[in-house]
Amino acid sequence: MVVDGIDETGGTDETVDRLFHALADATRRDILRRCVRGELSVSRLAAAYPMSFAAVQKHVTVLERAGLVTKERRGREQLVRTDPDAVGRARQTLDELETAWRARVDRMSGLLTEDAAGTGDSGAPAHDENTDENPDENTDENPDENTTEGPDR
Amino acid sequence: MTVTSVDKDVDRLTLTLTADFTASVERVWRLWADPRLLERWWGPPSYPATFEEYDLTPGGGMKYYMTGPEGEKYGGWWRVSSVAPPTALEFTDGFSDQEGKPNPEMPTTSVRMTLTALEGGTRMELRSVFDTREQMEQLAEMGMVEGMSQAVGQMDALVAG
Repeated sequence: MVVDGIDETGGTDETVDRLFHALADATRRDILRRCVRGELSVSRLAAAYPMSFAAVQKHVTVLERAGLVTKERRGREQLVRTDPDAVGRARQTLDELETAWRARVDRMSGLLTEDAAGTGDSGAPAHDENTDENPDENTDENPDENTTEGPDR
Repeated sequence: MTVTSVDKDVDRLTLTLTADFTASVERVWRLWADPRLLERWWGPPSYPATFEEYDLTPGGGMKYYMTGPEGEKYGGWWRVSSVAPPTALEFTDGFSDQEGKPNPEMPTTSVRMTLTALEGGTRMELRSVFDTREQMEQLAEMGMVEGMSQAVGQMDALVAG
């Protein structure tokens, strides 16, 4: 069962408001233009404007909230990139992950209910239930598999 | 209502989800700790998961595959970084190649799961983090994200509008 009230985009009006607010400022539009050509560090950007590092950082944050730039920490630098599509994709990937986990939670919930109705709080559930889910499972493709898990990366 | 809160942090590539179950901590833990139970919820019904190896100890790992409707198999692995039964588990989840070996070119996510007793039930807090933005992008580009083009289209419309 799908839980209702999935707030897909966090409110479209709010999104549009943020976007217009972000684009309403000349400095921010300029930051966007500069970053289109490639990523720039916040300190690089700060040097280009007659304002403090903190002020530039605030502008970047507004742009970031509007989904117009991405900020990535690399070492001591914070790199800013104009990439609305990337942000859209990132958001969408998280949405997808959310959907996957909601479905998992629902299945977990279902199993717990089923378990409670049947055997109560003790004992493993009947194992014969899931043997017929994969009738062709016994092909045993890798009988000689003895690789160890987890490469050290 | 099972899922009580969801937070998505695009900047940190993080999904945080809280769910409440009307079952004891031990029983919720068993859904993770018993591979036969885990198989019944990890994959969607059309892509059930089969765990071939399962070692729920720090440094241990799991090897599994999901079987699609056409019989196609998608391999995956876990590497357990910490486990504190029956309340906490941390692991990395990744993809495997055809031979069942971890594929380093594929995205990984770090998952942290904690269980706490509630009045009459259990709260599960889950945090899933994509390890790098590049990996998350890759996952998106692989077409694993349904409705992606639609969302990008919405984004374009917003920018244009």
